[in-house]
Amino acid sequence: MNSMKPINRKARKVEEAIIAVTGDVRALQTRGGEGKIYYPMGCTLNFTPGWEVDVSGGTAGLCQPVERDLFDCYLGCGWPAQVPDHLNNAPDWTDKCASAANDWRKVDIVFP
Amino acid sequence: MSAGAVLTAAPAYRLGEYHAFESAGQPFLYLVPSGAIFALDTLGREIMERVGERSRARTELTAVLLSRGYQQTEIDNALNELEYAEVIRYGDRAVEQPAVPQLTFPLQRIVLNVTNQCNLACGYCYEYSADKITKTDGKPKYMDLQVAESAIDMLIRESAQRPKIHVTFFGGETLLNFPLLRAAADYATRKSAEAGKHVDFSLTTNATLLTEEVIDFLSDYRVGVTVSIDGDRELHDRMRIFHDGRGSYEVILPKIKMLLERHRTNSIGARVTLSSGVSHVRRIFDHLTGEVGFDAVGFSPATANPDRLYHIGTQKMDTILGGFEELAWEYRDAAVAGRQHGFTNASDTLKELHTGISKAYSCGAGLGLLGVGTAGDVNLCHRFVDSPVGKMGHVIDGGIDHTARQQFLETHHLGARTDCHTCWARPVCAGGCYHEAFIHYGDTSAANLHYCDWIRGWNDLCLRIYGEISIRNASFLDRFSEN
Repeated sequence: MNSMKPINRKARKVEEAIIAVTGDVRALQTRGGEGKIYYPMGCTLNFTPGWEVDVSGGTAGLCQPVERDLFDCYLGCGWPAQVPDHLNNAPDWTDKCASAANDWRKVDIVFP
Repeated sequence: MSAGAVLTAAPAYRLGEYHAFESAGQPFLYLVPSGAIFALDTLGREIMERVGERSRARTELTAVLLSRGYQQTEIDNALNELEYAEVIRYGDRAVEQPAVPQLTFPLQRIVLNVTNQCNLACGYCYEYSADKITKTDGKPKYMDLQVAESAIDMLIRESAQRPKIHVTFFGGETLLNFPLLRAAADYATRKSAEAGKHVDFSLTTNATLLTEEVIDFLSDYRVGVTVSIDGDRELHDRMRIFHDGRGSYEVILPKIKMLLERHRTNSIGARVTLSSGVSHVRRIFDHLTGEVGFDAVGFSPATANPDRLYHIGTQKMDTILGGFEELAWEYRDAAVAGRQHGFTNASDTLKELHTGISKAYSCGAGLGLLGVGTAGDVNLCHRFVDSPVGKMGHVIDGGIDHTARQQFLETHHLGARTDCHTCWARPVCAGGCYHEAFIHYGDTSAANLHYCDWIRGWNDLCLRIYGEISIRNASFLDRFSEN
């Protein structure tokens, strides 16, 4: 905080509430804190951390190609703000895209 | 300002509701009504000063701060956080008031007045003295097991999802009905286990009837014990006397020493009732901790109508607070050095400040706590048991009267205590004891206005001590996070 420091337990709750309203959205940049294991926050499983960044914050060490993220989001998760969702609104969105690396041009824009 | 003027005035920052205090040269804020404690940084302090001079629009305030060398981003962040924390308020946005809780509120504790008899005749006793409000005519002198068991069943039933429940044994002199204590503790332990709950016990006694057998029971059941004692022989024997006028100090001293020696499974505290002739805080504390051996000593002024001789007048109350202040600073020194100190008035208040409690009710009576009389009548708390005031059902005949309880909670909510609405100490005080109010004003819902200055003085002192401990030995405060 810029103007004051929380001292008692209630003040720490007030601080959390303030940060929830005023703080930046940091998601993937948020580290686990000292002594804690860092997992990039996102919707993938721990075993497929092939999201935007790896543990060092870069893309070099991802365990699967970034192209796969399209399917992770669309099929498995349907992160609604980012990709059309497979379950309800765009079940045939990637029908013509057998391999994202090759056929990505066939994935068209979807208008809700 | 008229309503029209409010509508046309440009929105501006004004100061919110808080109590400012200083510890070890550092400025702090105690926010009202949240009970949050913040240390102010330089920028925060500057903003408060500027807004304190007069209300200022955000643009004007920002311009002033920019000219003082602060960056736009830090000013924006600071104003936002101060506004969200309601340290400063923008325009005339209404402040949210706490609401009456949703019933039925789960019960946590019952106080069983196991007898209305006592072998002492203390001058200030609220059960027997001139300010007596109880009507024990026609009520049994001793609670029987059927009543105690029904009360415990009621507690378990009404505690809903709470994993922990608590039974307090009270009187009269509690140990006059020792056979019931043992049976009731057995029953409560068994029934709680069946219900998947944990029960613990506490008891208040004048110590005259402590024996090895009693103490072993207290130890086995891990009963937290409060001993009523007013100091050394001279002070104690002024008010705490037998019916024939003899003082009780000589009788209780060896018994208390045996209790402290034999009972090690839970806390044992001394409770001192201060009255006009017994106000020597320092002397009493030193005697009870040093010579008797208590680890914890708490003080409370006797509840009395101002007409009573033992009532504590304004001047005497100031002397008492002087004694409290001396012990509180001593507590601070111990805390900074990482040592425990036995002045429980300080530790109790510091714990509430650490939690950041914000009370809608001054105590748990009628909410999480209810008192039960010898005949099974349920009442607001042990002080009202067997009084027509605050009656809330019967343990066998119908259980808790939820309508009466709801009505009590609606009329005694902080929102209804309008006298308290501008007081900064209301998150911790909320108007004070219902019994005290009834004795003074004949109305349980009245705020205890005769104590206001002392309550604010005491809480201000404890805030300053809290701030200083947070600077000099913050880890000491962790102990207040435990339940």
